[in-house]
Amino acid sequence: MSEQMPYWQALNRSLDTALSADEAVFVLGEDVGLYGGSYRVTEGLYAKYGEWRVRDTPISEGGFTGLGVGAALVGMRPVVEIMTVNFALLALDAIVNMAAKIPFMSGGQFPMPLVVRMPGGVAKQLGAQHSQRLEQTMMNVPGLRIAVPATPQDAWWQLGQAIRSDEPIVLLEHELLYFSKGSVDMQAEAPPMHRSRVHRRGRDLTIVTYSRMLDVSLQAAAHLAEEGIEAEVIDLRSLRPIDWDGCMASLERTHRLLMVEEDSRFAGAGAEIAAGLTERCFYSLDAPPERVAGREWPTPYNSTLETMSIPRPADVAEAARRLCRT
Amino acid sequence: MDRDRQRAMLRDMLLARAFEERAAEEYTKGTIAGFLHLYPGEEAVAVGVLHACEPSDYIVSTYREHVHAMVRGIPPRSVMAELFGRRDGCSRGMGGSMHLFDRERRFMGGYTIVGETYPVAIGIGYAIAMRQLPEAVICFFGDGAVNQGTFHESLNMAALWRLPVLFVCENNHYQIGTEAHRHSAVTEVYKRACGYHIPARRVDGMAVLAVHAATRVALEQIRSTGMPYLLECETYRFRGHSVADPGSYRPKVEVRSYKEQDPVTLAIEETLPHYPLPEEIAAAGPDVIAGLAGRMSELGHLSEAELKHLQEEVAEVVEDAAAFAAASPEPTEADLEAYMNCNRRDEVLIR
Repeated sequence: MSEQMPYWQALNRSLDTALSADEAVFVLGEDVGLYGGSYRVTEGLYAKYGEWRVRDTPISEGGFTGLGVGAALVGMRPVVEIMTVNFALLALDAIVNMAAKIPFMSGGQFPMPLVVRMPGGVAKQLGAQHSQRLEQTMMNVPGLRIAVPATPQDAWWQLGQAIRSDEPIVLLEHELLYFSKGSVDMQAEAPPMHRSRVHRRGRDLTIVTYSRMLDVSLQAAAHLAEEGIEAEVIDLRSLRPIDWDGCMASLERTHRLLMVEEDSRFAGAGAEIAAGLTERCFYSLDAPPERVAGREWPTPYNSTLETMSIPRPADVAEAARRLCRT
Repeated sequence: MDRDRQRAMLRDMLLARAFEERAAEEYTKGTIAGFLHLYPGEEAVAVGVLHACEPSDYIVSTYREHVHAMVRGIPPRSVMAELFGRRDGCSRGMGGSMHLFDRERRFMGGYTIVGETYPVAIGIGYAIAMRQLPEAVICFFGDGAVNQGTFHESLNMAALWRLPVLFVCENNHYQIGTEAHRHSAVTEVYKRACGYHIPARRVDGMAVLAVHAATRVALEQIRSTGMPYLLECETYRFRGHSVADPGSYRPKVEVRSYKEQDPVTLAIEETLPHYPLPEEIAAAGPDVIAGLAGRMSELGHLSEAELKHLQEEVAEVVEDAAAFAAASPEPTEADLEAYMNCNRRDEVLIR
């Protein structure tokens, strides 16, 4: 049975379920406790589970993310919330040098059931230091897994799967998705955590995308359909590993790839995905892959310029038309 | 302290010195590569601290950790094999000199990014406090590591949430080549703890019994109050920062003066029979006569012959460790893949 709920609430339910199922699970981060989380994700959990299970931390991203690593080494299941992805730069040592490497460099001796959640993306005029997409920074780190839920259903599924996994997992959430609603079936069996999902079927081109750009791509696909262009839209759901087979199956039918990402174009997630799919499907492609991505700017505060800095449905549709003409 | 414990500590110090000198030799032969940070001069810290802990305590260490690992009980064979990058190393050849791990012995790793040991230690401390166990975490770091943000972040959280962590500063006065007065506005590390209401103490890190006694006090206090504690051990490394460093920035007279306080020599002297002259006893005053007498009977049990035997025994252990390491196979790509995916269990990621 499914329920309509916003993305933040799906995450909240997922945390609640995990906290009640396993005493090793604890949540920590800035204002996750008494305050309930900047995006309400931990609302009500402090009252229910107490301060040791839902821990308000000082503003010490490097320190408390590293604390999560230490706790994971001895079998706890920490869920670290970093208030925004921008602050995660201060915690990269714990994520990249520690969490991703300890199980490996110890010769496979230690578990690392660490989850680090971080909201990111361009929201509404938050300025250059609060509007980044840093997925490419972590995609290049062997030993990490990265999930990017785009819907409330995936938020529910993927957070739960991440907490149950013994591997270190980064969950990239999007600030503009927290209050978007969708139906969530809490009884339904989850697909594998890193499998992509086809959101719209089409024969003319394949749009590969993730996170909030799924919605932008679906809007573009609706416009294109009016013009007779049928776009298939795939939500990657994961940036490491990538579901290459899922994308390839689609490209074998459509023969055209359009990669859509909010991240900056240069050396962004889309560069790797376009390159990886080109290597795999070169002889099936009827045209060079196209990429629609964020501009090479720090995000401007000015609203008009900010809107221009990331892909809009019209940009996606335009690239799709161009691609289908070649 | 009982005779066996003292003798065990002496043996560990002798082993430490012999092992590290052998490692340096192997490095020049090319059997060990990469960065190699040796411990001679600082033995009293690892031995004094780790002999005062329980097997249930956790150890988090730095990149200068061969001796911590061995005193903790990791066999010299598997430490040497790790230095050689072999499959029988304690990290299966994946870690190397700077990343020794042993889960069973609660040796939670050597870390190379200066300042990483604190958050790992408080994380383990958090788990202990949450589960209300009588365990503690020993967190090693150097004087150069106290200017990283994680030092302050972690001391703050440790005090705020009362985490059972013993922060042990191995203050050898140099951050690679930069002397403490050139890297720290406050060079007495223990004083920094008061900013976080953490009890702290400085001890002579060249004197193993003093380090041991101070650690016992610290751990008792941690276990009874739940508060963390900081112990600063003033010590000295006789060699450069790593084998690639000749240490030429240090005045020769300084190196020589510390060598006169060589903890290994001092420990040997402590255990050799030394009967005070009547004048010495008289000068000590009546109160300490009983103490001195007790000390004599404690210390009078190690003869020159026994000392020689100990030295020969550790030389054999080191020889055996090097032979074992040389004979150990190289890890394979399949081993590597298995370590990479050691936590995958039966999880299906995509299909």
